[in-house]
Amino acid sequence: MKDLPTIALVGNPNSGKTSLFNQLTGLRQKTGNFAGVTVDKKTGLSRLDRATEALILDLPGTYSLYPKSLDEQVVLDVLANPQHPDYPDVTVVVVDASNLKRNLLLYTQVADLGFHTVVALNLLDVAGRQGLDVDPDRLAEQLGVPVVGINARTGEGLDNLRFALSRELKAHFEPQRPTLPVHDLAPGLIDDIRTKLELKNDYQALLFAGQHQTLRSLPKASRDQLAELTKKYGFKPTDVQAQETLERYRRIGEIVDEAVKTGPAAAEDGLTTRLDRVMLHPVWGYLIFLGILFLIFQSIFSLAQYPMDAIDGGVASLTEWLKERLPASRLTDLLTDGLLAGIGGVVVFIPQIAFLFLFIALLEESGYMARVMVLMDKGLRRFGLNGRSVVPLISGVACAVPAIMSTRSISNWKDRLITIMVTPLMSCSARLPIYTILIALVVPDQPVLALFNLQGLALMGLYLLGFVAALLSAWVMKWLVKTRERSYFIMELPTYQLPRYNHVGLSIFNAVKAFTIEAGKVIVAISIVLWVLATYGPGDAMDRAEERVRREAGAQPDADVENAVAAVRLENSYAGRFGKAIEPAIRPLGYDWKIGIALLTSFAAREVFVGTMATIYSLGSDVDDAQQATVKQRLRAEINPDTGGPRFTPAVAFSLLVFYVFAMQCMSTLAVTYRETKGWRYPIIQLFYMTGLAYLAAFLVYQGLK
Amino acid sequence: MASRSVADLKRGEKGIICSFKDAQMSLKLLEMGCLPGTEVCLSCAAPFGDPICIKVSGYCLSLRREEASTILLN
Repeated sequence: MKDLPTIALVGNPNSGKTSLFNQLTGLRQKTGNFAGVTVDKKTGLSRLDRATEALILDLPGTYSLYPKSLDEQVVLDVLANPQHPDYPDVTVVVVDASNLKRNLLLYTQVADLGFHTVVALNLLDVAGRQGLDVDPDRLAEQLGVPVVGINARTGEGLDNLRFALSRELKAHFEPQRPTLPVHDLAPGLIDDIRTKLELKNDYQALLFAGQHQTLRSLPKASRDQLAELTKKYGFKPTDVQAQETLERYRRIGEIVDEAVKTGPAAAEDGLTTRLDRVMLHPVWGYLIFLGILFLIFQSIFSLAQYPMDAIDGGVASLTEWLKERLPASRLTDLLTDGLLAGIGGVVVFIPQIAFLFLFIALLEESGYMARVMVLMDKGLRRFGLNGRSVVPLISGVACAVPAIMSTRSISNWKDRLITIMVTPLMSCSARLPIYTILIALVVPDQPVLALFNLQGLALMGLYLLGFVAALLSAWVMKWLVKTRERSYFIMELPTYQLPRYNHVGLSIFNAVKAFTIEAGKVIVAISIVLWVLATYGPGDAMDRAEERVRREAGAQPDADVENAVAAVRLENSYAGRFGKAIEPAIRPLGYDWKIGIALLTSFAAREVFVGTMATIYSLGSDVDDAQQATVKQRLRAEINPDTGGPRFTPAVAFSLLVFYVFAMQCMSTLAVTYRETKGWRYPIIQLFYMTGLAYLAAFLVYQGLK
Repeated sequence: MASRSVADLKRGEKGIICSFKDAQMSLKLLEMGCLPGTEVCLSCAAPFGDPICIKVSGYCLSLRREEASTILLN
């Protein structure tokens, strides 16, 4: 492939870069209505005209080229270093027209780096409602670059933008004229840096002078050189940056006066303020948040139940049907007990996953997420977290992997590290199937106070338990982690927006797809492996055990004998032996070797648990009986040979539930913690503290309830 | 003389930014459009009065009380 030109999308957080990126590339990156949705750079291809194709680079949002957090750092790394592999040929500065001054600050900095720049003026409709009439042509005149009015949500104005971009790529104009006499800010120093480091641009030299300590992409030698030079000239980065910002705003003030006419704001403008009076109210604010949480858990349990029952029944009758039609053989067993049981364990949870992601998408799209950050900041600070930890904690309910990545917008390293460490305690969607099954076994399905459902309340209790554990662990870590860094909570509150239904739908679709395909692959693979391990055993141990049972039972074979045979065969299989081997360690928690097998298989990925249970229990008993075709029914029918009562007593089920709330059973999460903390230290601590907590808590629950 | 800061504003009250108490913090605040001479209005406060939300330069900014106390008013 020939080297394509690179076009970088730069802009303030929440100005619509990712929406524009999706429009230009046809890709579907995640968007939302709060600052910090995009925390890493992403690339995609876009055809600008018939002859030109370009690589579009979506960068995280930032307010300036003086980054305060890791996601913002990416922007400086790419733009300030021409040797960077992603260094763009042209930049598009996406500008929120309803907040022109603040957005133009970043524009002037990017322009002063000498980039060919096109300004994409987004959110003109919002500006209009606020009574701001922004004239793109006047603005272009003032800035000296093309300005294109767009609507990144609908795709309006995109053709003009493409046209402007392809023209900018073809033209070899002289470098952008600077908006500010940058050279005057530190004359001698800038000249010296430019000579020593062979830089072409004054502003680049100034950025290097101020931020050489944090610019990782610079070679060590250059950084030492910069340290020496700044010392020599007595460079005061804080003063110079303040002066630069003020001068830029002065220039921007002039530009905006020319290009914007202010009229009366539409009444709608006050809506966000009025909504916030309620949403952030000392009493109502929390009640509304709590109410939203209640609604989420109630619908996950009660509304999702109908499609789930239908799917469950469907899989059961399909199994039944196949067993009747196909000749009885090992292969048929593999298909029904191994494969179908595994797949059934996956698809049945699609409705719940869909509901969960529906609500998360609504929170993100509407702008409410930022309000929750404000609501929670003071409380969370006491536990060593901060308001921004809300996004990882809430998205941790979906999956810890993206949640941990979203911590990059937390500027303070200590706050960020603690958030990373405790986020996996939030119950992710992979735990949901386990919760659902076990709750249904031991918690009666009955209304409480006519309004709530007891099972829904139990589910909410488990999520709360995870959240409380996350808070307490954070509180402990607060004393263990030392830092002198300051923590900031200066954050833009976005205007409320009606969610875009296609975006919400897309986010649900992606989540369901990822769950069924990604989790499904693992579950099905492990189900098959497990079926093999549970069907075959070392030597002829299984056959001998079967013979012994048949001999003891006498000549008359009946259903009980067949069940007993199936049970001893499983016990003597490879899987059975693994389970038996760890039984002593888990007996104090109330688990037997069959549950042990499920614990072992779910160690790398907890979503495997239910599939494993389905396979184990369908092999461990002779289930041609339609009454016992679903996983839930099989678990309910399981007998504890020691007591003669059901295996899954409340004590066992609650102990298992608590174990799964706390246990770190996810390789992907450990891998992402490794990547984000750059070392094995924290993932290992995470694995041990969570597993220890799980064991201890499960032990206490079982011994207490027994 | 103790001058008033944004943290001392009552809900709905307006003030004009004059200067900053904390140079490091002021960089971030300047960047966000809290410029000397600009009008700020305390639009609402989170439960327990912290963080607070201010209207400045035509948009809504939330910040902690402690951070707001570094913005001095005329």
